Amino acid sequence: MQTWTPAFAGATETCQHFPQYEVLKQKGMHMIESLHYLPRAGGTHSALSERFTDLAPPLTARQAAIESARCLYCYDAPCTRACPTGIDVASFIRNIHDHNIEGAAVKILQQNIFGGSCARVCPTEILCEDACVRNNDAEGQPVKIGLLQRHAIDNAQFKGHPFQRAPSTGKTIAVVGAGPAGLACAHRLAMLGHGVVVFEAREKPGGLNEYGIAKYKLPGDFAQQEVEFLLSIGGIEIHYGQALGDNLQLADLHARFDAVFLGLGLAASRRLGLTGEDAPGLMAAVDYIATLRQAGDLAALPVPRRAIVIGAGNTAIDMAVQLKRLGADEVTLVYRRGFEAMSATFHEIEIAKTHFVRIRTWAAPLEVLLDEDGRVRGMRFEETRLEDGRLLNTGTIVEIAADAVFKAIGQGMAALADPLAPGLENELEHERSNGNQRIRVDASFRTALPGVYAGGDCVAPGQDLTVQAVQHGKLAALAIHNDILSKAEAAWPT
Amino acid sequence: MADLSIDFCGIKSPNPFWLASAPPTDKAYNVVRAFEAGWGGVVWKTLGEDPPAVNVSSRYSALHGKNREVIGFNNIELITDRSLAINLEEITAVKKAWPDRAMIVSLMVPCEEAPWREILPLVEATGADGIELNFGCPHGMPERGMGAAVGQQPDLIEQVTRWCKTYTRLPVIVKLTPNITDVRAPARAALAGGADAVSLINTVNSITHLDLDRMVAYPIVGGASTHGGYCGSAVKPIALNMVAEIARDPLTSRLPISGIGGIGSWSDAAEFIALGAGSVQVCTAAMLHGFRIVEEMKDGLSRWMDSKGYENIAAFSRKAVANTTDWKYLDMNYQVIASIDQEKCIQCGKCYVACEDTSHQAIARLVEGEARRYEVKPTECVGCNLCEITCPVEDCITMVPQPTGLPYMNWTKDPRNPRAEVV
Repeated sequence: MQTWTPAFAGATETCQHFPQYEVLKQKGMHMIESLHYLPRAGGTHSALSERFTDLAPPLTARQAAIESARCLYCYDAPCTRACPTGIDVASFIRNIHDHNIEGAAVKILQQNIFGGSCARVCPTEILCEDACVRNNDAEGQPVKIGLLQRHAIDNAQFKGHPFQRAPSTGKTIAVVGAGPAGLACAHRLAMLGHGVVVFEAREKPGGLNEYGIAKYKLPGDFAQQEVEFLLSIGGIEIHYGQALGDNLQLADLHARFDAVFLGLGLAASRRLGLTGEDAPGLMAAVDYIATLRQAGDLAALPVPRRAIVIGAGNTAIDMAVQLKRLGADEVTLVYRRGFEAMSATFHEIEIAKTHFVRIRTWAAPLEVLLDEDGRVRGMRFEETRLEDGRLLNTGTIVEIAADAVFKAIGQGMAALADPLAPGLENELEHERSNGNQRIRVDASFRTALPGVYAGGDCVAPGQDLTVQAVQHGKLAALAIHNDILSKAEAAWPT
Repeated sequence: MADLSIDFCGIKSPNPFWLASAPPTDKAYNVVRAFEAGWGGVVWKTLGEDPPAVNVSSRYSALHGKNREVIGFNNIELITDRSLAINLEEITAVKKAWPDRAMIVSLMVPCEEAPWREILPLVEATGADGIELNFGCPHGMPERGMGAAVGQQPDLIEQVTRWCKTYTRLPVIVKLTPNITDVRAPARAALAGGADAVSLINTVNSITHLDLDRMVAYPIVGGASTHGGYCGSAVKPIALNMVAEIARDPLTSRLPISGIGGIGSWSDAAEFIALGAGSVQVCTAAMLHGFRIVEEMKDGLSRWMDSKGYENIAAFSRKAVANTTDWKYLDMNYQVIASIDQEKCIQCGKCYVACEDTSHQAIARLVEGEARRYEVKPTECVGCNLCEITCPVEDCITMVPQPTGLPYMNWTKDPRNPRAEVV
């Protein structure tokens, strides 16, 4: 687990003057300081902030009324089946239509306490809205479920927290990681009457909602507001700057608490495996996005004139689009396969295109090109093609000039220094070797270590979606609750 | 092109579409606009004795559908709030300027002979083509012994109709209230009094909805409300039935009927005509959309008539009356079974849950991975039509007649009927 300090939190000065860089460098981290020689975004923070407002504006009350009337109130509704958290979509939309906004919000939140952020960041086009029966050949217009969900959550006015805590069980659960998985778990545990202590490595709660989602998808301080709302149930305390394997030991947690939930996320960015990977000008997209999201002054952010983003997922799109919005002239997204294999959804790719992001497919990273100062000046790629399902290099070399390269080729588990960590890991050797290593859990999110549960991106298999993490946390809480009540806990290994 | 003109108990009109007695026919300005738009006739807003009625502020309310379309409409307005002289003057002028259009004058005066005797010559002098007796207004006026207070008592209907037939040569149309148990009684009374025709339905007693914060119904006048008259598409089924009841009653089957109640399209009008109406009256649809709707109504009716080979209104008038019968004469051997077009099915499951929860458990839900397949169980289906009604996709579920090979047999002959007539 990494100890991470948001380098730009509240900063108005330029990068070089931050003492944190030394700390970060000592930790072998390759953060935004590697871009310190690049020009600043310039302009004013407020002008730039205008470019990071809502990508999709909320529905007006009238729009919500019209859209909610379109829902057919299906039985065994496919949208609900497509929702990883199983939100009763037909029911909450009917509540919206019947002017029962609080009822609608509770319907959502009882399945997904992060219903507000999921309404904004969920790839609804591949989940509920894809499944909507109105998304048929004749109509092709699914109900705007995501926007309706946001309408309900944003407009509900609760007097106090809408969920009550059950009478105290006298049990206390440790939750490691204050991201969507950990906090969803904590909230559900609190509802069930347990005390919860959350340990978070960073300085703020929220996980990827706070640090990882494109700023225009989750603007302002929504992520913090949502966490505040969640915590208002009571019974949850959070300790920051607490990293497993660093100043937190699993054995110690187990000894002190009745159960442990690990919602560690995937803190490590995968490596390209090329020489020059640590050169100034090359960094992980997630680190830049984290800095961008925490920046007190967007104008002070280093912004390359020409940039390459390597990857084909939603993070790659988020990175490329945000660079464009910060004023980069030329952003090229490079992927070693074709469009059809991109994990970014069609909707995301459209966003990139409307921002004039160049998308170069069938090109695999070959070499990082450096200038005489050892800084990134571009990349060399080799063209690829598919033959009998296998990806082959064609021998044709392509060079793309760039002032910075951002890799968005996936995240992996950070190496855990905890002595008990090996017991958690996936035993499948091929997954361990190809960097897909995650914590192994059973159907109830129990790890191999009795009393230790895990969920969210850090477990296999996962879709790496916020909504999936929330579901993991929720289900793990129910499993913890049941296991504790049935006193089924096995002996702790000595 | 089909001939839309009608001769309704002697009243000629270029088309069967009349504006009903209501705010749209309140004064010359509106009526002239209506005639310019193409309406075949109007029933002028009900005249009464001077001093004219006084209306309250806040007069209408409505029942809205999911998309805020108006399903039903409610009003608490009274008869004309303008003086008799002004109305008569305007009626005269408008009829003179539009001689080819039907001009019927609605009337409501106290239930005594003298007021009727006095007002009828005045109306006749305007050149109007006929009169309509407002025995239907369900709000306000009945409290003064008029409107529905008359329409709910057949003997009064007969009496007033007779006075009218005595004191005017004009055709007399008696407008009936639906706020009774059997509409045939007032229709027979009107006929007995000498009525040339009946028109129906007037509005239905109603409260559309409430302000739950103020705990008062709409429309709100000060802190209170009162029941109003309901109209609009919501009342069409009630009106169609009452028209059919009169049309198929042997005692009144020759009595011309002007159909009123939720007519907003050419097909609504065609339905009323097929069930016995000789003209139709429209109000709510015009109030919601303006007079221009008559264009689509005329065009649609005319094209449909052409497609069916109906040369004039009489060609299809009353054509559905004979097919409207008592329950006991329905064919007990007839059988339909639902059929789901799997190509059109969007897998919403509404047919399934409706049948499973509330009907005959005649639809199977087959889970095929993420997909669902809904199939009718022919042996369980009783042919109730519920699934077809709940299905959001047009023509996806159809009710298919089954070849039973059995002859027509009604309940009076059914061996399952303990009181069946022995063949």
